[in-house]
Amino acid sequence: MSAIDAESEELARLRYEENTGWPRTRRAVTDFIRQRPLGAFGALLILVMIFSAVFAPLIVPYDPVQASFADLLLPPSGTHLVGTDPFGRDVFSRLIYGSRTALLVGFSASLVGSTIGLLLGVVGAFLGGRTDQLIQRGMDVLLSFPLIVLAIAVVAALGGGEGKLSNVIIAITIPIIPRVARVVRSSALSIVAMPYIEAARSIGTGSGRIMLRHIVPNVFAPFIIMATAFLGQAILLEASLSFLGLGVNEPEPAWGLMLRGAGMQFLERAPWLAIAPGVAISLAVFGFNLFGDSLRDALDPRLRTH
Amino acid sequence: MTAGQRGQTAVRTKVGRVEMRSRGVVFGLVLAVVLSACTQQQQSAKTPAASVAGGEQPKPGGTLTFVVNAEPPSFDAHRETSFALLHPAAPHYSTLYRFDPADLTKIVPDVAAAMPEISADKQTWTIKLRTDVKFHDGALMTSEDVLATYNKIIFPPQGVVSSRQGAYAAVDGIQAPDKSTVVFKLKYPAASFQANLASPWNWIYSAAKLKTDIKWYEKNVDGTGPFTFVSYTKGSVWEGKKNPDYFLKDRPYLDGYKAVFIADSTAEVNAIKSKQAAIEFRGFTPQQRDDLSRSLPNDLAIQEAPWICVNYIVPNAKRKPFDDPRVRRALTLAIDRWTIGDALSKITIVKDVGGLMRPKGPFAQSDADLVKIAGFSKDGKASKDQARSLLKAAGQENLTFKLLNRNLSTPYEPIAVALINEWKAVGINVTHDVKETTPYLADLASGNFDVGLDFNCDFLDEPDLQLAKFYSASKLGKGLNRAGYDDAKLDGMIDAQARETDPEKRKAAVWAIERYAMDEMAYQYPAPWWFRIIPYLSKVRGWKVGSNHYTNQDLVSVWLAN
Repeated sequence: MSAIDAESEELARLRYEENTGWPRTRRAVTDFIRQRPLGAFGALLILVMIFSAVFAPLIVPYDPVQASFADLLLPPSGTHLVGTDPFGRDVFSRLIYGSRTALLVGFSASLVGSTIGLLLGVVGAFLGGRTDQLIQRGMDVLLSFPLIVLAIAVVAALGGGEGKLSNVIIAITIPIIPRVARVVRSSALSIVAMPYIEAARSIGTGSGRIMLRHIVPNVFAPFIIMATAFLGQAILLEASLSFLGLGVNEPEPAWGLMLRGAGMQFLERAPWLAIAPGVAISLAVFGFNLFGDSLRDALDPRLRTH
Repeated sequence: MTAGQRGQTAVRTKVGRVEMRSRGVVFGLVLAVVLSACTQQQQSAKTPAASVAGGEQPKPGGTLTFVVNAEPPSFDAHRETSFALLHPAAPHYSTLYRFDPADLTKIVPDVAAAMPEISADKQTWTIKLRTDVKFHDGALMTSEDVLATYNKIIFPPQGVVSSRQGAYAAVDGIQAPDKSTVVFKLKYPAASFQANLASPWNWIYSAAKLKTDIKWYEKNVDGTGPFTFVSYTKGSVWEGKKNPDYFLKDRPYLDGYKAVFIADSTAEVNAIKSKQAAIEFRGFTPQQRDDLSRSLPNDLAIQEAPWICVNYIVPNAKRKPFDDPRVRRALTLAIDRWTIGDALSKITIVKDVGGLMRPKGPFAQSDADLVKIAGFSKDGKASKDQARSLLKAAGQENLTFKLLNRNLSTPYEPIAVALINEWKAVGINVTHDVKETTPYLADLASGNFDVGLDFNCDFLDEPDLQLAKFYSASKLGKGLNRAGYDDAKLDGMIDAQARETDPEKRKAAVWAIERYAMDEMAYQYPAPWWFRIIPYLSKVRGWKVGSNHYTNQDLVSVWLAN
């Protein structure tokens, strides 16, 4: 091998390394931060939230459910950063633990709902005919209800009591399904019409394999965008359901529950009780929306800007 | 229907059942009423407006607008158990006797001309009636009307619901020897009979109307009360106007009234804040009171009083490990009632610590005696240590259970949060199982719970009423005793206090029941008792808060200062 060949090979290797693995990821992240600072800010908010949820026991100064009847409705101070509630519980600790409820419900509902929506959208687009009609009419029925109304109906039908959080997750998951299915189907329809799908069919590839190997990867961008966007929606819905008394029960910490109970009753006397969970919900939804929008811009070639 | 409405409906249902179960078989009640007059519930009238008998000259005229936070199920008080009917409709009706608006522990005649004449054997009660009482349709009220009314209440025909029929078990028959006399014949002496004749539910109906249609009063109004019916718009307002033919010639003072139906508690407060309404007779929370105080510093009066309403903590004695008295006792020992009562009084409608009888009421134990009962000690730490020991002895150091509760924020939720906190402190892990009223009641009734938060409200401090839910679940406590136990000894103790004619001995008997039921057997025990807070526009005069939200609602003495 000549020196020139060796040099070319080395250059190719370096180029390959630059475009794969950690360097590529690092470059993508750097580009994302540089090109979409708002999206990066959203991601930062999400990371802070995830960090708080994961490391809650290490962060909180007090047990979030432990009442202290000597410390009722204390204003924010060095001892209690965001004050205390009517049971003397530390609001900051409840906020941090509340992020666990929000993220658990948000991620579960968004991922499950979006995944089911993805599958239904792809199956409908690929199979067409009666199957597609059946799926789409089902989606039409679900879409005819506003998101919050459908969630309330589902959680009311499923009932409360033990396992209520799973009911809340199901209630939020169901309204997400048709919304994702619609978007995914429209993308999948254009994929189904591609020659390579026809080619796959002609060589006898099974329907399942075509859908999973050739269609799903090509509609993954809208799926990711929808899943991210609905994360914020799911957190907002969970807070709304808790606010309406259909979510988790006292004394569990949850942002919507914090707003509903003491937040409303003591709005004038102890405004921090409403402001703190309100800000937390807003930042979480804001973060997911910013990140989702930027992700959409980054992944959709039509919206890609530099 | 809102959570608040559902809550009230259930409370009222319970009242009806309790009353049905009451067995007026003793003389103690009359004495108790007299005694209670001497131990009047503490009230705080924080502005001059609270002067019910403050020496001011009542001023006639004006229309009182007040808030009712639920709608009446029907118009017939004999069948209903809801304050939502009493508040808007009581001003249209009279009763034989009533609780004195100026002293709500005292029974005085209403359409009766005098207090009853009682025979020597105390089984014949002769009541003379006023001869100047007219129904709103112009017909003169006679003994026939009282006879028909009480026959409907005590001996209802098939298909007619009488919620308080059981309270008159002692009545053998009723007679009307002449147009102005009614005679009640009793099977046995029953002291609680006098109080039951003053029941705010026993509206006098027209015999002619009942003869035409026994259910006429379910959908129509025609009484002898101080206000005639004008209109009822469902979901909006109930209106009444001054009855010019009312038998008390200088009453009522008001020209009329409007009962405005507002279910949302924030809207209720706003109605008073904006002076669209002057008062809500059931009560507000401390923060709502404070909110109104800040908004109307010069126009607000506040009356407060202990309330004959309480939430009971009910371990299901039919379910393990709550069939073990040690476990039940540990649960009550873990609760520092004095601390949580004080704390909760700042945020919700509970306050005083008491046993089975209303704190500071005529049958209440002194604090010195009460603290000797498990769970009532002021040494919370020692009690918690005892609770841990009992749990250990019972092999339940890691006890886990669900607390069945109702989805009402006032006062059920804060009480539950406080209880869960107390139990957690002794190592008990509790899941708060909150349900809508219907499934909540269904679970309580069917025994589908570990520990439940039950409730009770009454219109009178009377052991027969308040102890009704402590009878054996398969006997007289059926439908009331949610704990599910059967205890012949306790049944005997409750019967014995009911037959005790000496008031002091009766109190002692009641206190023995409290020790046995709450401490020794620890069947079920109260959380801190409810506390009634009525903030209202100070122009409302002549109304006095009582220990319940059922009596004193006919507005006969109410007037407006400007």
